[in-house]
Amino acid sequence: MFLTDDERRMRDGAEGAAVAAAMDLLIRYGQALDAERLCDVRNVAGTMTQPSPVKARLVREGGWNKAFAVINLDSDEDLEIPGMGVPTCQLQHGFGADALGVVPYPKQNIELQASAESFYGRHGVNILATCTPYQVGNLPVRGEHCAWMESSAVIYANSVLGARTNCEGTASTGAASLTGKIPCWGNHRDENRKGTHLVDVRVRVESFQDWGMLGYFAGQVSGEDRPVVTGDISRPDLTELKHFGAAAATSGGVELYHIPGITPEAATLEAAFRGRKPPAPAVYGPAERRAVYETLNEIGSATDVDFVLLGCPHASVDQIRRTAVALDGKRLSAGTELWLMAPRALKDVADRSGYTAAIERAGGRVLADSCPAMSRAAPSGTRVFATDSAKQAHYLPAILGIEAWFGTLEECVEAAVTGRWNGGLR
Amino acid sequence: MSFLTLYGRTVVPGIVEGEALVSHEPISGWGGIDPARGVIIEPRHELAGVCFTGKILVFPSAKGSSGWSGFFQTTRLSGTAPIGMVIGRISAKSALGAVVTRVPAVTDLGQDPCAVIANGDWVRIDNGKVEVTKR
Repeated sequence: MFLTDDERRMRDGAEGAAVAAAMDLLIRYGQALDAERLCDVRNVAGTMTQPSPVKARLVREGGWNKAFAVINLDSDEDLEIPGMGVPTCQLQHGFGADALGVVPYPKQNIELQASAESFYGRHGVNILATCTPYQVGNLPVRGEHCAWMESSAVIYANSVLGARTNCEGTASTGAASLTGKIPCWGNHRDENRKGTHLVDVRVRVESFQDWGMLGYFAGQVSGEDRPVVTGDISRPDLTELKHFGAAAATSGGVELYHIPGITPEAATLEAAFRGRKPPAPAVYGPAERRAVYETLNEIGSATDVDFVLLGCPHASVDQIRRTAVALDGKRLSAGTELWLMAPRALKDVADRSGYTAAIERAGGRVLADSCPAMSRAAPSGTRVFATDSAKQAHYLPAILGIEAWFGTLEECVEAAVTGRWNGGLR
Repeated sequence: MSFLTLYGRTVVPGIVEGEALVSHEPISGWGGIDPARGVIIEPRHELAGVCFTGKILVFPSAKGSSGWSGFFQTTRLSGTAPIGMVIGRISAKSALGAVVTRVPAVTDLGQDPCAVIANGDWVRIDNGKVEVTKR
């Protein structure tokens, strides 16, 4: 792999041992990818503070310097970690102190994470603590090279914003945060950004739920490749594209899609395929829509719902407001809990706007920083949960061993109020 | 006994030999394996409940969360890692995963490794070369 003079200097230790270890990891990784060179990044979204048993052990042995060296740089050296070389944020992680008494989550994890936030804050990591950094101030511009983790954020950055990032990992984002470098491979290169699959929508898609189901279908038909979506669709907003992308990244491994006339790299269908002839379409009609719905609901059998989960990926302010409106004047069933996950910065907005109070008056909770999948934590005794998120309906049954129902926000709120699932495809 | 030699591209350099564990389906890291035990835990996966510790893991691709590499790194730190990887289609997830697992790994073999290698075959990875002794 070609290295610039500057990159060789970093590799050889001119900027310290930690930067040299970071460059060593990037060289090993770049060679594993067969990348020709590295590219410059000034926007890193990774994970350093999320508690885990291995991390707890490393911190006991050598503090956060050791934990970062081993996990975020893949190095066995004894390193002193310098400040971040480029702007870097922490994605979603575990729950914080405000979840104590609400979420069954170990107190030692909360303490470990608080200690991590203090260390990494001093080193220049912005603790955004959300899977949707693009909602709270980290909004890359078109063409900007980034090093992001979190599949739902990666697909949003590439597709909706036109930024360029692969689905990075803990060590590559750690190395990028110190060096401002990442292999120039995959989504960073023009030739890898054209559409590969065509999805022709023949059933009207305009609701939040339908955008999620269409995303799940697009992931099923295109795997790790790049779908182009045309047909009978409404003009989506941030919330709907957040759901669409998270679903496509979950059922397949989609990191980039185009919607001609809507997403920035595809003014037209021809532009989405960079002038090549589009392939034969995968049709999304009423039968395909029903099949996706049934797949997402195949884990549900008992209709007694004891947990309702909203806000995956982390909710927008509009989703929080709509939940507050739906719960207005109602009260949750005695045996059912409702949690809404949001970025902490947007929870502040919801607090000031009175939405949090309205949700809490009904017995629900607005929680920040984490989610039940990341933290493996749901209300004690949960057997059956309901969600408006295709991604959570897909993952949470396996992670927590519970049943799932997938429906609209209104169906989920009704289930929380009655304690029973009464959803259906309409 | 029959032999087969495949030529590909080195992902992580090194030489190792051992028994093959073959997945025909992509493998998830986060939510797909238990790194403490080195076991595939994804329900409905063809290898659900099977341990890959000490095996040469042969699989078509990595899928799912960006936590993939971190989970395989944890298998190394927990002593439950596979000893080598033969990867059908490389991606950022599996490339970084092989690097931080620090085991010899190879890809771009010209033939689908998951079709020509079977469970229990004896596999020797020598950088970009894969020698298979059929069981």
